[in-house]
Order: sequence, then C-alpha cells, then structure tokens
Amino acid sequence: MQPVNPQLTRRRFIKGVIASGAVAGTTSLWYAANGQSRPAGAVERMIRLNVNGQDRTVDVAPQETLAYTLRYKLGLTGTKLGCNRGECGACTVLVDDIPTYGCSVLTHSFKDGRIETVEGLEAPDGTLHPVQQGFVDALGPQCGYCTPGQVMAAVGLLRANPNPTREEARQGLAGNICRCGSYDSYLDGVMRAAEIG
Amino acid sequence: MAYMHIGKDFVPPDVIGKVTGRIRYAEDYTREGMVYARLLTSPIPHARVLDIDASEALAMDGVYGILTADEVYPDGEPQSTGLKILTNHPTLVGEPILALAAVDEKTAETAIAAINVTFERLPFVLDPLDSLQEGGPNAFVGGNTFGQQGFTEAKWTADQVASFRAGNAPSEDAPTTGPIPTFVIGDLEAGFAAAEDGYIYEGSFTTAGYPHHSMEPRSAMAYWEDGKLYLHGTSQSLTALANDMAGIIGVAKEDLVFINAATGGGFGQRARAASIPSMAIPAKFSQKLNRPVMMRITREEEFTIGGARQGFQGWIKVGFRPDGVMSACDMFVVSDNGGKGGGADAFSAADCISILYQTEAVRFRGASIATNTAHRGAQRGPGQNQIAPIIAPIMDAAADALGMSRLDIRVVNSAQTGDVGGPQGTPLTSAYMPEALRQAADDFDWEGRQSRRRERNGSKVTGLGIGQGYHNAGRSGQDGIVMMGADGRLKIHSGVGNLGTYSYAGTSRAAAEALKMPWESCDIITGRTDNHLPITSPQDGSNSIFTNTRTCYGAAMDMVAKMKEIAAADLGGEPADYDISEERVHQIADASVGMTYAEVAQRAMELGGRYTGEAELPEDLHEWTQIAASRLAGTAFMGIYHDPAHSNNPPGFTVTCTEIELDLETGKFEILDMVSIGECGTVVHPQGLKNQLVGGAVWGIGLSALEQHLYDPQNGLPASTGYWQSKVPTYLDTPVRIDTGWVDLPDPENPVGARGIGEPSQGSVSAALTAAISDALDGHIFGAAPITTDMIINHISGTREDAVALAQNNYRGV
Ligand code: FES
Ligand code: FES
Repeated sequence: MQPVNPQLTRRRFIKGVIASGAVAGTTSLWYAANGQSRPAGAVERMIRLNVNGQDRTVDVAPQETLAYTLRYKLGLTGTKLGCNRGECGACTVLVDDIPTYGCSVLTHSFKDGRIETVEGLEAPDGTLHPVQQGFVDALGPQCGYCTPGQVMAAVGLLRANPNPTREEARQGLAGNICRCGSYDSYLDGVMRAAEIG
Repeated sequence: MAYMHIGKDFVPPDVIGKVTGRIRYAEDYTREGMVYARLLTSPIPHARVLDIDASEALAMDGVYGILTADEVYPDGEPQSTGLKILTNHPTLVGEPILALAAVDEKTAETAIAAINVTFERLPFVLDPLDSLQEGGPNAFVGGNTFGQQGFTEAKWTADQVASFRAGNAPSEDAPTTGPIPTFVIGDLEAGFAAAEDGYIYEGSFTTAGYPHHSMEPRSAMAYWEDGKLYLHGTSQSLTALANDMAGIIGVAKEDLVFINAATGGGFGQRARAASIPSMAIPAKFSQKLNRPVMMRITREEEFTIGGARQGFQGWIKVGFRPDGVMSACDMFVVSDNGGKGGGADAFSAADCISILYQTEAVRFRGASIATNTAHRGAQRGPGQNQIAPIIAPIMDAAADALGMSRLDIRVVNSAQTGDVGGPQGTPLTSAYMPEALRQAADDFDWEGRQSRRRERNGSKVTGLGIGQGYHNAGRSGQDGIVMMGADGRLKIHSGVGNLGTYSYAGTSRAAAEALKMPWESCDIITGRTDNHLPITSPQDGSNSIFTNTRTCYGAAMDMVAKMKEIAAADLGGEPADYDISEERVHQIADASVGMTYAEVAQRAMELGGRYTGEAELPEDLHEWTQIAASRLAGTAFMGIYHDPAHSNNPPGFTVTCTEIELDLETGKFEILDMVSIGECGTVVHPQGLKNQLVGGAVWGIGLSALEQHLYDPQNGLPASTGYWQSKVPTYLDTPVRIDTGWVDLPDPENPVGARGIGEPSQGSVSAALTAAISDALDGHIFGAAPITTDMIINHISGTREDAVALAQNNYRGV
C-alpha cells in the first residue's frame, strides 16, 4: 500500500531538508522563511494566488512561506504553525489537491497552484464538509490545534481514495502529529467522512 | 441513576470552531499598531550576564526597545528556582535573557543579532549523579537543590555514587534531599521477611526526561487600554491561571482581562502561572512601549521553557508474599530536577505504589537534584506515570515466580472502596480496581490469548502485557456561578480552561442536570475573564471533572433553592412544597401551579438582593470570584456556590491490555491490539472520556518506547528540540485502533458520581507496553522507560548496553 502522496511523505520531506542543511539553525529558518523585507535582486512581489477558489493579489517576499502568507497576509489563521520546520503537519493545506506543509514551501512556487485551506471547505450555506462533519461526529479534535491540518490531510486523502481502509487512512494522515494523541478519534472521523461523503 | 445529560454525548460548542479553523488561539489575534517581540536566549547552559550592550540594536530603524530582567524585576530576581520572566542568570540553554520589539520579526531578529551580551560562564551539569558526587558541579550558584532552606548543596561520597550507579541499594545513611519528603508506611522489615518464601525483586531503573511539546507554542499578545491589560494567552486553567498571572505581571486582578478561548494542548505546564511566566513579557513590554506586543514562540523556545518530565535514576526492592500480596516496597530515587526546579514526581511515584497496589509497607527516599537541562515540572501523571512502566514487569516476574496468573496478582493487590493509601493513609472516596481489571481482561480476552504468549512466528514473537494506572483525580474548595435572565436561558459561567478535554463543557452539564434544563437552553460563558468567571483549581492532576461538577452542580442547586423560595412567596406554601421540571418551578401537589424559569428569573431580578448577587453571597468565596460576582450582581438571577473542602482521595484508575509482535531481528515491535478501561466514577461525557483514554495511550507509548531528552554532554546543548528528534508518537507508532471502555460506577463524594481520568490513562498503557516487551523477551526486565529499539537489539545480541546501570537519563550510554 502506498501513502496517499508518495511525492511528499513526511520522511522524504525531512530527508530533503536535512540534505539542504536547513534544519541546522531552526530559529534562523523561521526568520529566513518569513522575512518581509525585499532582498537584493528583483523578484516580482505582487503576485496572484488562487486561494479557496478566489484570486487574491498579495505582496509576497521572495523567501516567504505559504503558511506565512496565508496567516499573516491573507488573515487565514485556520492554518496553524506547530513547528514551522516540517515536522508536525499543523500547517497542512492542499495545493492542487495534494496535502502540502505550508510552513515548508515558498509562496512564490504556487503562483499557478490551486490552494485550499480549512476556511474554504464549508459550503456557502455553512454546511460542513464531510470531513469536518465526520470529525465532529467522532469528536476527533481534542485541543484542536492540529485539527485544521488533520482536516486538510484527510480531505486530500479522500479525494485520492474516497473509500480508504482504516490502515490506509492511518498511512494517509501519518504526516500529521497530534500531541493530544487523538489519532484514534481522527481515524474514526475519516471513516465516518468516507461514509457520509 | 437516570440522567438527562450526564453520560450522554453532545457536541461541545467549540468543536465547530476547531474543525473550521474559526476558533482563535493567542497567536491568531492581531491589533492595530502591534509590534513584534523576539527573545535573546542563553546560548550556554549556566552563566551570569555581566553586561548587555544593545546600543547598536536600539539605533536600528524599526526597533522600539528592549526589555530586560532588571526592568521586570526592579527589586532583583527572585532567589529561588522556577522559571523567571527574563533572567540574568540562565541555568539552561535557551532561557530568555531579554526581549526586543520591532516593527516586524525580521527586524527584531536582525537587531537581536547586533546585541552584545557578555556572559560569565559557570560550571554546568547534565547528570544528577555527577552533581551529587562530592566535588561535582552544581546547576545553580547556591547549590544543586532547593528547598525550604533555600539553595543547598547535596553531596554523596564518590563511593556512594559509584555504588548507586552500579545498581546497588543506596546505603542506609545515603543523604536524602530536596523538596520531596521521604516517608515510611508500615513495617518494612516485616514486609520483606514475609516475602522471603515468596518473591523479592531488587534492581536499578531509569526513566527519561522529555518535553511536553504542546502543539501550540506559548505565544502571547498583550495591550493596555483604559488602564486594563488585555492578554491573549494560553492556559490549561482559565481563572486559576489568570488569578496568579496578575501577580506575576504586577497588575490588579480587576484590571487583567485574560483572553483564552482555546489552548493548543496542556499536559501540566500550562496549568499554573508560575509555569508560564513568559506571558508577562508582552504584557510588560506593551506597557513600556504603549503599543500592542505580539510575542510568537518558536518550537525550540517551546522546548526550552515549555516544561519537561523529571527523569528518574532509581533503585527499587519489592517483596511479594507467597499468596502474591505485595508486602513491601523500598524505593530510592534521584530525580533530575532540570535547570529551573521541578516537582515532587518521585514522591508521587511511591505514593502511587502504595495506593495502586495497596502495599503493606512502603519506604520512599529520594534526592531531587538540579541539572542544567530543560525546565521540569508537572507532566501528565508526574511520578505515577514514570513508575508505572517500571513496576509492571516486576509484577509479572512475581506472578511467574509464584505460579500465579498475571491478572490474579493484580486483582490480589488492587484497591477497593474502603481502602486507604499514601503516607497519610488517606481514604479513597471509592475504588473499583478489581472490576476494571476484570472488564479489561474480558474485553481483551486476556485468558483466551494466553496460549499465544511468547509464540514465535519467524523472527517475530508475541508479547502480552497488562498494566494499571493511577492518579489522584479530584479537588474541592472552588466556586460556581450560574445566571439566568428574563429569557429563561441558563448561563453557566465557567472558569475552566479549554485545553482539549472538553471538561469546561462536561462539567457545565452538571448545572443543566441540576436544573433539568434542556442543553439547547444553556449557554456556557467562558473564554475570557471579563465574562466574569468563578475561580477554579489549576487544571492539573486530572481534577477538573470532579472539582467543577461539584461547583456547577452546587451553583445550580442554589438557583433551584431560590426558585422554590420565590415561587412559595408568590404562589403560596413552603419552598419544600415545590419541585422543578420542564423549565418550570411548580407545586408538587399540583404541577399547574407554578412559574416558568423565565418568569421566576424576571421575578428574581425585581426582588434583587440575594437573588441577584447583591447580598448574602456565600462566605469563603475566593477573591477572584468575589470580583466576578460583584460585576454580575444585579444583572440577572444568580445561583452561586462555594464548594467546601472535602478530605478524601478521589482516585482515577485505568487498566490496559495489549498484544505486541516484536521482531527479534530488528528490535522493533508493532502493537497489534490494545484495550484501555477507565475507572473514574460515573461517566460524564463518553466521547470526551474515550479521547482521554486514547490520548493517554499515545502518551503511554511515547513514555515506554520513544520519548527522551538528548543533550550534548560536552556543551550542554539540547539535541531534541523538535518533534522529530523528541520522537513524539505519530499515527504509525500507535495501533490502528485502540478499544476503550469504562466501569461507570458512581463516586459518592461527587454530586454526579464523577472522578477524573486524564493522567492514569497514560500510566496503564506505558505499564502494559513494558510488560508486553518484557514478556516477548522471556521476562527480561530492562528497568527503563523508554525501552528503545537499540536497547532491545542490544539485549537480544547479548551485549550489556541494554542495561547500563543508571545510565544518565538525558542520554543513554556511558
Ligand atoms: S508547522 Fe509546518 S510542519 Fe509543523
Ligand atoms: S488535538 Fe491537540 S494536537 Fe491534536
């Protein structure tokens, strides 16, 4: 059985980061990734992003992460930062349906991408997305801080595999840590979502 | 007993916000004119700040100022251990020295890089035993331990330390020290004499320290407006924490508005203000700069100041009579107190043995020694959960030696209603451990699976484990407030923090239960202290359900009594002639004679006085509650209650059974099956209880198999500041399904029969897991938690490294 997105498993991602040496100074990674000032060299800063089905024009620094742009430029604070270093999945959003660590990718890479965050899931009339409803029914969240990331990972999983086994769901969400340990309830929620979806 | 709400699932009001991302944590807020604080932290494990030159930084564009320890402590830093807001005397790497505020974080970080801090390096130590040895370095200037006499130096002879390291019993005169009292229960000598024909185990053990790593870093934002401080922060206990935070910041309780709708995980180190003084930085900085200040905390910073479990290096001797009764337990623990002082984990470990196993004689001795490692403090079952994985394989060894079943030896030693425990012989409010053991065994088919015990399948071998958890799980002496306006809706004012257990909502349902209110007619008022909330106990120690159902129920019953008074006065008869049902107060004899809740609330507001909190408030209300009540007084019909202190011990118990398959070639194991049963009185909220059981299970797996601190012994640098290196369990480290259940028998000292569960749920899983690992390896006792893959492999290959006696608990090896 394959993880839902073999291109971007957590382990592969971390291996890549380690290979690039970026993990070594993680405090500086935070700032390097989130810097707001214009570096030397001309890079277009005003870019158009497609977020939750809307085109948004936003001023993005060249080294700015997608999570930073979403949270602090577009006010989409549903996307959380748990580690800001590619370890926890709290920042998971979908880019072209693929669960992606928003803290670990540069916004400029996604000018042509279709970005979805937790804020974009509800129907216009407020009906919850099946994953959200499944998580409510199963009381998936505990503290809730990892929940938006878990929700987005589950949405990505169910788009690729609408009827996963519990084991496939476990593999599919394996890049999302829950320190409260609510994995069992989240898996109940995913299975419920597949049922009602 | 048939309840309307207790024991039934419901949708807690914050869940929708959690699945939609709408609920806001401290860092999600913003405020016009907000500036950003960053921390300059200590790069070395023990030092004194001699000089700070920030002139270059302060001259930079976009920099607003710095905040130093001298400013936050104008009378000097407190002469004690414990986290400081900022310090000139760091005792661990990463401790905050100063904060700098700037227009954005990059500017702040750039400016911090331009600050010159001159440090005097001081000796540091990572292993408590190195510090304990005469001539060894001390973590603090004043010594290596802190107690009632202040800083003192605790030293053993080199021979005493070497002997202890080698796994020998500490000598009778081995000095004990630190904030943890030693104790003796019963006749130890007689207990071991009785075990001479039974089974006696003696050996050393280690348990690792490891960080809390709550998912939400403890970021905070603050601003001042009209003389009031608005602090967006994080906490496990909303009013209990705010009450003490006011003192740390130096603001009057009346002038602090603490805003905390949700907290991204609290496992002990967000329960009390003293554990999270960093929130005072934006509070004080915003006062100094007269601007809103946001201080985002990084994962590394969260590691450093977010708290960690105390590690143990210990020795234990346990005796069992031939009938399996644990007749004596003698224990000595050197606890790693870290760089900022810790708790009394080791004491609690011994206390736990006394209660969980009803041991006839227990002696506890210990030394609590500081090291220049991460701040230690209460972490989910502090002490009870370190000892659980150590004691379980010993129980199994005794059972095997005595020819008993591993279930029976636990039943023989289990706590029941009427039992007492701990050094004071405190009675348990109720206890149903035999029932919990049998339920877990039945649900798991423990007996049926015994034929698979140690079964080989290629390189894999099956191990079965059963484990028990305990924590004291309830307090009293807190306050409750409920309000009702002319619309007849019940407003339950809850000072209980929203840390993910849903206890703020579950306990509120006790008020709805008392008033027989439909849940749809109730609102929980919480989330920020200017909602005028009563005091609670700090929400550590699994106490919330017991403590706050008592207060919510009490406040609602006060309202019921007042309703009956009003109805009797208006409609005739005595209050005792009235009852409540279907949102009405009515005569018992003729239910048609009565008033709706809306009407009675309206009438209460007309009457005022004691009906609206303007007179005759309960004596002994906490000062915090008095402020809340005074602000609510006269606004609506009020029910208010001060819960008198109770004295007995409400226990939370759990039992877990698990089956693992351990690969003798790789040392890895997979958890095939797990059943966890809670024994926590009446179940208030089944889904919430299930979450505590499965969440505790994940923590138990971390404790017994994965999590540990790693420090570089040369420079004292932490090497496990992130999730990955800390090995916080992931989906793939935990079973694909965890089955749960509960005994569900009421506790007589709680109005709805409830007791807590959050902490023991970890202990029983960690115990079951080390028991299962030991079982798969023919009963080998590692005497360690975690038991890591390399330890298993080393044991299988016959090297001694699996059991380096008392290897330092911040890193294994010599
Ligand atoms: S915040 Fe992005 S992986 Fe943790
Ligand atoms: S619900 Fe708290 S981290 Fe997952």
